[in-house]
Amino acid sequence: MNKKIFTEPLFKGNPITVLVLGICSALAVTTKLEPAIVMAISVTIVTGFSSFIISLIRNTIPNRIRIIVQLVVVAMLVILVDQILKAYSYEVSKQLSVFVGLIITNCIIMGRIEAFALGNKPFPSLIDGLANGFGYGIILVVIAFVREFFGSGTLFGIQIIPLNWYLKNGGFYENNGLMILPPMALILIGLIIWVQRSISKDLIEK
Amino acid sequence: MQELVNIFVKSIFMENMIFAYFLGMCSFLAVSKSVKTATGLGIAVIFVLVITLPVNYLIYKYVLLPGALSWLSPQFADLDLSFLSFIIFIAVVASITQLVEMVVEKFTPALYSSLGIFLPLIAVNCAILGGSLFMQERGYETLGQATTFALGSGVGWFLAIVSLAAIREKLKYSNIPAPLRGLGITFIVVGLMGIAFMSFMGIKL
Repeated sequence: MNKKIFTEPLFKGNPITVLVLGICSALAVTTKLEPAIVMAISVTIVTGFSSFIISLIRNTIPNRIRIIVQLVVVAMLVILVDQILKAYSYEVSKQLSVFVGLIITNCIIMGRIEAFALGNKPFPSLIDGLANGFGYGIILVVIAFVREFFGSGTLFGIQIIPLNWYLKNGGFYENNGLMILPPMALILIGLIIWVQRSISKDLIEK
Repeated sequence: MQELVNIFVKSIFMENMIFAYFLGMCSFLAVSKSVKTATGLGIAVIFVLVITLPVNYLIYKYVLLPGALSWLSPQFADLDLSFLSFIIFIAVVASITQLVEMVVEKFTPALYSSLGIFLPLIAVNCAILGGSLFMQERGYETLGQATTFALGSGVGWFLAIVSLAAIREKLKYSNIPAPLRGLGITFIVVGLMGIAFMSFMGIKL
């Protein structure tokens, strides 16, 4: 049971490519691998723990004001993440800029709370939240890998493509500047969806 | 005056919420199937942005900034509450959306029935919170600048969603490979629109 909760969001029910949740704050951070991974970890932690906390208090929240209770819990966790990032990795926190704050309105978190945590016990909710964070993280890392590798020829800031391959050093290679631009992230997601739906045909839309 | 016009044009075209920062993407993709509903959501976003952003600006300037509370009493002169900004901004956004919903329902039932379902959705639309966070990060100096920025980003969002909805209406008739149908092609179309919008980036203001 718990295993299924964990594996489902990684591929078949991936929050980004299948449920279309949480695209808002995701794509602008994928030009480099490092911020993408930090973002993925932050979202995983916030999703997991907000689901856990909401699930703990799910029977005491009045139904009419549940949205605002959820927002307060999520906002509190995001403030914690933001303060920790500022304290321990200030550079990355600067690169992520407003996108840490935007985790609050990340649809994955609210979506999982509404769809899962409100009707399930705390422990499965924690697993569900973490798994959805991972599913989101996988897509983020794949996109960041492609964009950093082809866009700057580096991975984690380390030069991968040999410098003497470049045109300016008398070689034949040039970085693809298009990869750095924001729209390329969207096109990459489109292509990932294409690949995923070719593999599992039952996801195809009519 | 010229400065305000600059901010306005910049936030519509060069710093478009959708194409430059991907904000409000979830509802952008979910509600862009027909031009009519897209127009409704677009107007609702402009509306809520123009109301929440100035309110957040005033709260940020007179309550949250380091030393901002000194108008209350000199002993607060080095109190820094800016770490609370996320929670305050989202609370303001959520409560104002609720308020706007009630006011619209009471006074213009016709508008309410066309916007109805979208208004509560807007509370968790990243474009609204994003607007407030950009206002904080870029440090707009006057209320006028903040309001103009809100109006500009709202109009930019509106233009983006209406044009995507128009494209998707036509897209129904084209022969797309089956796995790419629906979501996949929409992402690619948005990407291409983003590349087109990038041509505005060369403009210096």
